[in-house]
Amino acid sequence: MIAAVIALPALSAAVLLSFGNRTNKFGPWLAIFASTGSFLIGLWHFLQMVARPAEERPALTTVYEWLSVPAAGFKINFALQLDQLSISFVLLITFVGTLIHIYSLGYMSHDENPRRFFAYLNLFVAAMLLLVLADNYLLLYVGWEGVGLASYLLIGFWQHKPTAAVAAKKAFVANRVGDFGLSLAIMTMFIVFGSVSFSDVNSGIVDAPAWVSLTLGLLLLLAACGKSAQFPLQSWLLDAMEGPTPVSALIHAATMVTAGVYLIVRSASIFNASEIAQTAVVITGAISLLMGAIIGAAKDDIKKSLAGSTMSQIGYMVLAAGLGPIGYVFAILHLITHGFFKAVMFLGAGSVMHATNDNVDMRRYGGLPKVMFFTTITFFIGYLAIIGVPPFAGFYSKDHIIEAALSHSWWAGAAVLFGAGLTAFYMTRMMMMTFVSKSRWHEDVHPHESPLSMILPMIVLSVGAATMGILLTRNHVFEHWLEPITGFVEPEPPLPIQTITTITLSVVAIGVLIGIWQNIKIAKVAPVKVSFVVKAARKDLYGDVLNETLLMRPGQGLTKSLNIFDNAVVDGFVNGLGLFVSGISARLRRSETGYVRSYAMSIVLGTALLVIALLMVRI
Amino acid sequence: MNPNAYLVLSGIIFSIGAIGVLLRRNAIVAFMSVELMLNAANLAFVTGSRVWGTLDGQTAAFFVMVVAAAEVVVGLAIIITIFRTRNSASVDEASLLRW
Repeated sequence: MIAAVIALPALSAAVLLSFGNRTNKFGPWLAIFASTGSFLIGLWHFLQMVARPAEERPALTTVYEWLSVPAAGFKINFALQLDQLSISFVLLITFVGTLIHIYSLGYMSHDENPRRFFAYLNLFVAAMLLLVLADNYLLLYVGWEGVGLASYLLIGFWQHKPTAAVAAKKAFVANRVGDFGLSLAIMTMFIVFGSVSFSDVNSGIVDAPAWVSLTLGLLLLLAACGKSAQFPLQSWLLDAMEGPTPVSALIHAATMVTAGVYLIVRSASIFNASEIAQTAVVITGAISLLMGAIIGAAKDDIKKSLAGSTMSQIGYMVLAAGLGPIGYVFAILHLITHGFFKAVMFLGAGSVMHATNDNVDMRRYGGLPKVMFFTTITFFIGYLAIIGVPPFAGFYSKDHIIEAALSHSWWAGAAVLFGAGLTAFYMTRMMMMTFVSKSRWHEDVHPHESPLSMILPMIVLSVGAATMGILLTRNHVFEHWLEPITGFVEPEPPLPIQTITTITLSVVAIGVLIGIWQNIKIAKVAPVKVSFVVKAARKDLYGDVLNETLLMRPGQGLTKSLNIFDNAVVDGFVNGLGLFVSGISARLRRSETGYVRSYAMSIVLGTALLVIALLMVRI
Repeated sequence: MNPNAYLVLSGIIFSIGAIGVLLRRNAIVAFMSVELMLNAANLAFVTGSRVWGTLDGQTAAFFVMVVAAAEVVVGLAIIITIFRTRNSASVDEASLLRW
């Protein structure tokens, strides 16, 4: 039955893609129906699961035997594992996914081909569900590649724009680096454990030598870095904002980019077995959360700023996931709350763009609350949630991560605290530039509130962003819910929890105040004379420059030199041989004079030679 | 019987024929020189036959004569055709088939 969750959007995508323009009329509705159906089935499974006692909740469904080599003892089932962790993802993906499907109805109404867009969205939902429901790493890999494909197709949806096409390619290539790590990890698992299913790996890792857990941990971290846009594979996410805004909200904020966090939490047993790998995860998360926040604070493009913020928030999750059993639950908690508040902010950004002729420059916004009441309110709720103002969702999830980080080490704690301040700063800046300040619109822009199909998902999501934190943390309900799967140890921070909360809130308050103070006056054009930090952040902290100098240029140099080698040596040899043969034959053919007597002469001489040779041999 | 004289004679005739083929431009004369070479060979065959007291050499000589007769038929026909088209029987002038 759980297979229907995946089958529904997959079938819808297949119908929309294979029947082409004939499905234009009802295509979007079919896609919304499939996504909604998926959500309802997921909800039904969730309610059933809640009714069961904790130890009976995980359920394994084998759909069919997928790959089998009896001689090698190799068998992989197409099996779906429904447990507390995966159902949380199923609900998040299908719920946010459905809302964004509905939003797209309004957002893509002026587009030439919404049907194709909805087909890709459904394809994405199906692949993402396969990713979180798979019971082994190979099946997970299928979903992993599926979401990568959907992401590529959707970033490049407006493929007539060269920037979009290039961004899609970049995302694909950067993801390929991460996928390389995942495929190597799967191969290692198969060699060491003879199986790639979660249960076999979990039981096998206990007795495995230390290098196995270290290798697997680092390879899985590489995979997570690629998919979740973490340092050093982060550069694709900012460019991915070339895609339509609903895509940025669903794939590049709420769901797909969090797949790396899911992978780490799902592989908890591997990371628990290797302290070095865990530390690597924490460091990656810390670097990414600071980088993302710094980039987000300098961008004037609202979507890119939000993308930096996404990178930063996923940095929080990765960091939490690297803390071990004290952090897994909070990583997932933050993932879910982030799914809500980041989605609502992306949708809000889309709504603002929709109203201002697709302008993304925040320096030309301002004065929008008067004309866009609902967008402003929902965005503001998302803002309160992300900076962590109680009682909004982000407060609970982020506060827990800060506590867990502080009980891990002082530097992890310092990084997340500083990150919280930066988050407050750049979100306040965005809020000031977009909504609070006076209008600085382009002359031909007449902002208007978006249609109901766009407003409604934003309202629903903002309700989630406001309440999800209380709902999930009251009486430690989420910790108890996930504990059987990920394990949970109460963090023991060096300071009392009230003190930590106070410190966090004062850091946030300082960030907000600086954000307000710096953005009372906003120039229509970005100032040129800025500090080197801002300059670097505007260039994505030189992520692209680094990639270009370290990877692209040497690669180009290699191909160039290989090209020269091919032209000079390989072609030279082949052409030289040809020239040699044709030169020799040009000379040899001169002997064909056409004079019978000279031919006769050569016969006579040849015969004489033969006779002499025979006589010599005889002697 | 001592075959030396016959074989020397055969060699002399063969050489005359070969030199004739190589040096003379007139197709008819070159042709006649070929006949000389063939008959020199015949003489050697017959000598051998006589020395060994077998008929093999005689048989070979007959074969050579038959082949020579056939060759004359074809060869003369070619020479006449060339003469008709070129008004000359020189072998050097018929040298189109070359590089």
